[in-house]
Amino acid sequence: MKLAHAFPMAGLAMAVATAAQAETITVATVNNNDMVIMQSLTEAFEEAHPDIEVNWVVLEENVLRQRLTTDIATEGGQFDVMTIGTYEAPIWAERGWLVALDDLPETYREEDLLQPVRDGLSHDGTLYALPFYAESSMLYYRTDLFEEAGIEMPEQPSWEQVRDWAAELHDPDNQLAGICLRGKPGWGENMAFVSTLVNTFGGRWFDEEWNPELDSPAWQEAIGFYVDLLGNYGPPGASSNGFNENLALFSRGNCAMWVDATSAAGKLYNPDESQVADRLGFAPAPVAETPKGAHWLWSWALAIPASSEKQEAAQTFLTWATSQEYVELVGESEGWTSVPPGTRESTYENERYQEEAPFAGFVLDAINSADPTDSTLEPSPYVGVQFVGIPEFQSIGTQVGQTVASALTGDISVEQALQNAQRATARTMQRAGY
Amino acid sequence: MTTLKTKQALPAEGHLATAPASEVRARHTPLVPSAGARRVWLTLLGWGIALLIFFPILWMVLTGFKSEAEAIADPSLIFSPTLESYIAVQARADYFKFALNSVVVAFGSTLLALVIAIPSAYAMAFLPTRRTKGTLLWMLSTKMLPPVGVLVPIYLLFRDVGLLDTRTGLVIVYTLMNLPIVVWMLYTFFKDLPRDILEAGRMDGASTLQEVLYLLLPLTLPGIASTGLLSVILSWNEAFWSLNLTSSSAAPLTAYIASFSSPEGLFWAKLSAASTMAIAPILVFGWLTQKQMVRGLTFGAVK
Repeated sequence: MKLAHAFPMAGLAMAVATAAQAETITVATVNNNDMVIMQSLTEAFEEAHPDIEVNWVVLEENVLRQRLTTDIATEGGQFDVMTIGTYEAPIWAERGWLVALDDLPETYREEDLLQPVRDGLSHDGTLYALPFYAESSMLYYRTDLFEEAGIEMPEQPSWEQVRDWAAELHDPDNQLAGICLRGKPGWGENMAFVSTLVNTFGGRWFDEEWNPELDSPAWQEAIGFYVDLLGNYGPPGASSNGFNENLALFSRGNCAMWVDATSAAGKLYNPDESQVADRLGFAPAPVAETPKGAHWLWSWALAIPASSEKQEAAQTFLTWATSQEYVELVGESEGWTSVPPGTRESTYENERYQEEAPFAGFVLDAINSADPTDSTLEPSPYVGVQFVGIPEFQSIGTQVGQTVASALTGDISVEQALQNAQRATARTMQRAGY
Repeated sequence: MTTLKTKQALPAEGHLATAPASEVRARHTPLVPSAGARRVWLTLLGWGIALLIFFPILWMVLTGFKSEAEAIADPSLIFSPTLESYIAVQARADYFKFALNSVVVAFGSTLLALVIAIPSAYAMAFLPTRRTKGTLLWMLSTKMLPPVGVLVPIYLLFRDVGLLDTRTGLVIVYTLMNLPIVVWMLYTFFKDLPRDILEAGRMDGASTLQEVLYLLLPLTLPGIASTGLLSVILSWNEAFWSLNLTSSSAAPLTAYIASFSSPEGLFWAKLSAASTMAIAPILVFGWLTQKQMVRGLTFGAVK
């Protein structure tokens, strides 16, 4: 009896001993599809690195951002790997919150990372986060509706054309909106899209002296155009639609056109998730006055907080999850349309990927042609296409997003909305000491 | 005397509500001919309102049994139920680990709060001083501060004493968070107890502890039970502190739900499945104890 008891105990003791040897790292991330896949492949990582165990903390984007900021600012040390975006990486790096990634192993092939993405995650020429997946924006449209109406999509559509097509295809009786666009207020929601629209209409957030230009003619024209387009030819309740809501609408067949993140392509092409998978067309994001800044650049990246006590193990995980081998692992196990897009040249050179993901070329072109350092017609002092890379932008962007949403719902006029936005932004900037 | 009369009148009314319909009709037909119809209408109205309030939960439960494609399709009650979301949700995160944390934290903090609140409410109810009212109001005023206002100081304290991501840490925070409400509720229940009963006990030679244990607690048990239930429910649903003070090992079900919400991707069926699993234990618990709850909430309402 005693012996029988002793065996499981010995086994338990051994298990405890192994667990004690293995280092546990905590990875904080968002619940996006690509991250879900990463989580499901944890075993592959742990098999290759038996001395490291991975603990996941998955949170909603805004909750995660607040949670990470609290932890990093107080040096709580709760996380060893954090998922951050192009907006945070340089700001947090400047404050010394992130570990510089300047000694990556040769095998990682840093030069394989797409240049604009790499630049977006660097501060003073040093990389502080590694891109997990990256996206730009583009125009999705329904090929069947376009064919029926006899419209041919040019190589580079203009916003004026898009408005005409939206007017022609808009059919509310059959629950079809001419166009779907983001309307939900937030710096990462409606303002991501609106900023690209303002850019292409020739506007900018700030002049070179950091004076806000929200009441300029270019902003008036862009916001007026947006309110008119989405208000007249958009789906009902457009001011509460973000990425997810529009994705649902488009994949259900309720939108004739949609301008949004390139990362939606994989989902729209998947017949399990989308009812329009076989009728999906895509084109570059429409332009108006200038092609500059007409499509955005964003990447979700992994970084190591300076407060982590397990930086070495964390870097091992980082280089695994953003490596070329990882991309291949996902391609083999999940299918090539599911690989994390927009990070490596090698992904786009892969024939299997080119074959199975017909949107690959568009995405690569869009990312490569997005220049966060030169995204406005007139020169501007900030970095970022659809955001301004300063800490104050989160609150400015969200506040302006709310006034734009009020203009969209018709609560206030476009002119009034922009005057309010200009005043609020000027006040915030003055308080911040610009 | 009036108190006595009302008390006597009550069972009669209660009897009326539960009496067989025929009896009611027989007694009231000449005066109120439509009593039966009125009752049917009231019952229907009651059910209608209950269904309206319950509808979001019902819809969530139904969505959890749909496939992701059906979940985003036009709302429909007809679909082929599937467990795929539940399986996917369980494969991604161990539900039982989160549920155990929720149970430990919710019940642990409630017990601790009751242990602290019973003596303090006793003191305030039976031995009031000039400052008792002020103290009670001051305690309640701590609830008026938005929690985010003290997030950073508490985070720093927790970091320094090593309480981040521990169940003990959450139990402490939840206890402090619910203490004002628990003290207030117990205070009101205790106040309704005639002092004479406790005095009689004292005359018979009971010590303060015996007084509390053998007289106060048994007599106010429904009140204490409903206070405890409310505290459990508040702790179970609390999402701000649990999301901010835990990461993996002490994360309760609120963190579990949050992990299925996504800015880029449609996981409505999975989110619904996760939410259903998260509320299931407390729903069952609330259902089993609803008698206690209602008894406690109306305790002392009629003297």
